[in-house]
Amino acid sequence: MTTPLLAIDGITKTYPGVVANSDVSFDIGRGEIHALLGENGAGKSTLVKAIYGLVRPDSGAMRWQGRPYAPAAPHEARAAGVAMVFQHFSLFDALDVAENVALGMDNPPPLRRLAAQIRTVSRDYGLPLDPGQLVGDLSAGQRQRVEIIRCLLQDPQLLIMDEPTSVLTPQEVEILFRTLRQLRAEGRSILYISHKLEEIRGLCDKATVLRLGKVVGRCDPRQKTARELAEMMVGTKLHQPERPAHAPGEVLLEVKALSLRSPSPFGTSLKEVSVAVHAGEILGIGGVAGNGQDELLAALSGELRAPPGAVSVRGESVGHMGPNVRRALGLLCAPEERLGHAAAPEMSLTENALLTGAWRQKLVNRGFIDWTRARGFAEAVIRRFDVRTPGPHVVARALSGGNLQKFVIGREILQRPEVLVVNQPTWGVDAAAAAAIRQALMDLAEGGAAVVVISQDLDELLEIADSFAALNAGRLTAKRPVRGLTLDQVGLMLGGADEAGDAAA
Amino acid sequence: MLRLEKRPQPSAAWGWATPVLAVGLTMIAGGILFAALGKDPFAAIKMIFWDPLFSPQFAAFSRPQLLVKAGPLILIAVGLAIGFRAGIWNIGAEGQYIIGAICGAAVALAFFPAPGWYIFPLMVIAGAFGGWAWAMIPAILKTRFNTNEILVSLLLVYVAEKILAAMATGRMRNPDGAGFPGSRNIAQYPAASNLEIIAGTGMHWGVVAAFIAVIFAYVMLHRHMLGYHVQLAGQAPRAARFAGVAPSRLVVLCLGFSGALAGLAGLFEVAGPARMISIDFNVGYGFTAIIVAFLGRLHPVGIVLAGLLMALTYIGGEIAQFMLGLPAASIQVFQGMLLFFLLALDVLSNYRVRLSRAEAA
Repeated sequence: MTTPLLAIDGITKTYPGVVANSDVSFDIGRGEIHALLGENGAGKSTLVKAIYGLVRPDSGAMRWQGRPYAPAAPHEARAAGVAMVFQHFSLFDALDVAENVALGMDNPPPLRRLAAQIRTVSRDYGLPLDPGQLVGDLSAGQRQRVEIIRCLLQDPQLLIMDEPTSVLTPQEVEILFRTLRQLRAEGRSILYISHKLEEIRGLCDKATVLRLGKVVGRCDPRQKTARELAEMMVGTKLHQPERPAHAPGEVLLEVKALSLRSPSPFGTSLKEVSVAVHAGEILGIGGVAGNGQDELLAALSGELRAPPGAVSVRGESVGHMGPNVRRALGLLCAPEERLGHAAAPEMSLTENALLTGAWRQKLVNRGFIDWTRARGFAEAVIRRFDVRTPGPHVVARALSGGNLQKFVIGREILQRPEVLVVNQPTWGVDAAAAAAIRQALMDLAEGGAAVVVISQDLDELLEIADSFAALNAGRLTAKRPVRGLTLDQVGLMLGGADEAGDAAA
Repeated sequence: MLRLEKRPQPSAAWGWATPVLAVGLTMIAGGILFAALGKDPFAAIKMIFWDPLFSPQFAAFSRPQLLVKAGPLILIAVGLAIGFRAGIWNIGAEGQYIIGAICGAAVALAFFPAPGWYIFPLMVIAGAFGGWAWAMIPAILKTRFNTNEILVSLLLVYVAEKILAAMATGRMRNPDGAGFPGSRNIAQYPAASNLEIIAGTGMHWGVVAAFIAVIFAYVMLHRHMLGYHVQLAGQAPRAARFAGVAPSRLVVLCLGFSGALAGLAGLFEVAGPARMISIDFNVGYGFTAIIVAFLGRLHPVGIVLAGLLMALTYIGGEIAQFMLGLPAASIQVFQGMLLFFLLALDVLSNYRVRLSRAEAA
């Protein structure tokens, strides 16, 4: 048998109170795309950080091409030939592509030579990218290419990719996969972390499944169905969201010719956005990140103010009102960024429950906080949405991404909104939690609320939404019923072609 | 190799332990400093921390001084702490303190020598207003033109000092003072003086105001929505906007509140312990209060303890100055070291230190 590229043997890592990895062993062969599967909190990140030299395991050993391998820092891992593309990009908006690439390298060449190298690599691997472009102007997919090219310039033997497709359009995913397959053909290996089981089945040669820090399964993902993979991951039967048909009710949320300048120089201004959402309806808003999603959410939540009539709830104009007036009227929102926007990282869950629940849940009496009620509300959210945490006294940043997301969405849903707007409700959330969140959104619509789901995950939108519209460069297409919508039409809508969709209908 | 590992939660125990540890380290480093100056370090430390309270020679005089000095420090620090929690950095309390004192003194001098129960309350209002108005300059510049409040408030201290000098030698100069700079003695003007409420304790109206401010701040920070919004804005500005907090309103509120309290401290000082407007009326309470606020963990109760401790170093420092001939600056260095050690040790409440070997574990 040939020596594997990387052999992981009995890695264990404990944090106070949690066993992140327990006796994890597996091999990554040369020229292999190896999937690492697991729910949030299963220990994937810790394991990957150990390989990349960000975390030192308590016990266990790794062998790199047969030799002992224990990187104490990422630069040692890079020197060995390991590169990593993180889920959250570490790029500077105000610098151009070449400068950003240089910043992430241990020994960057002069910028002009680097730019030439970037052009070569981007051509060789089919990742179109202009080294002189400002990163602030790039789409999420292009930003990811910056990270990938930064890695490829180091000529890695092993490329680690953490949830690479969560921000990409179907077309961008295709391009990425072509590149990854090309890398495999060159004999390089890829450790691929994703929740999207269909992708893993289409791309990967081997899969290692983690649950609660332990390896619970190894398989060839091409031989398994997505459902089987998901069940290995979760350890139980999966609950599929269900959605009975229904008739739409009155208009609860109406947006009329909403135009808004983005306060950020790298944001997207909203242009003449108009849409009406009925009681019982779930409107899915698709689009690639950076096309005005954040601005739309801010304009609906009240963080950005618009002319009074631009946004109305049950016919009442609220465009010029602040967030709390809108909350009182029943318009609630859950932003995409969990830490720092939807929740304050250093505050306890009780304090975070107060963040949006203060008025509607009557947690405040003439300006004075009723901490007992606030704790009760936080506990109710934790219980009802199965948030895994020791209790409401825990600070938000101590929760895993999926658990915090359940808390943030649950906090809004438990307040019985008339209109709920969520941005990327299941981004970076594991399959079980994502299903639970989707089901909760559907139950809410079932109960007569209007729900707006802004997401880049088309599968998610087509699964739960009744109607679909796309954001493109700050413009929203007319909404169309999801039933009968083809993927081609969706693609055209994402490209901003409103009329094309009408012609096809 | 030493490694810092981020704690999943900030450690509550270290939050309490670091101020105590910082005081300990300051004593050690200060002792070394005093030894380098050729003084007996143990005698100097004892003189600073022990003698003001317990020495039969000094205690009778210095014990009441404890409240006299701690009063303004606590009053200013409480106001600053609320702003600091919101991420609004008022570094110019010293200037607001001066302007508050000038405004309060102006009321007193305008009524001199008429009697009247209403004069002192009017002075209090004028003092608070003066400090508030001086703090509104950085507040408005920040909300309108997005200037940096740290710079603006700090530089306004020097403007205030110039105004103070101009007043002491010009408009406010004592007409019966034979041309010497400095105003009339306000403490000797019964309707305007801020004297000890209970003789021999050092307790004057400024101390009362400080304790009221402490209670008010505690309730606001821990029980009231406004305090919650203040902390939210400091920790997660985007989340604060999402929660409906208007950032510019918070800037005006926090700067205004801390300015008003600093102005009050100035007024109580000029009408009491300092007795009059003079060129060097201000002694740096506005700056020392920054140390007090941080040493007290930006917590009202902590600030009371920190204020008393800093007052002790002031008094003890004076004793050490004339008993051992320590230079005045060495006491300021001593106070600065306290803040330095505190901020450095603060790392421990968010990170744990790990020893790790270079090879594989």
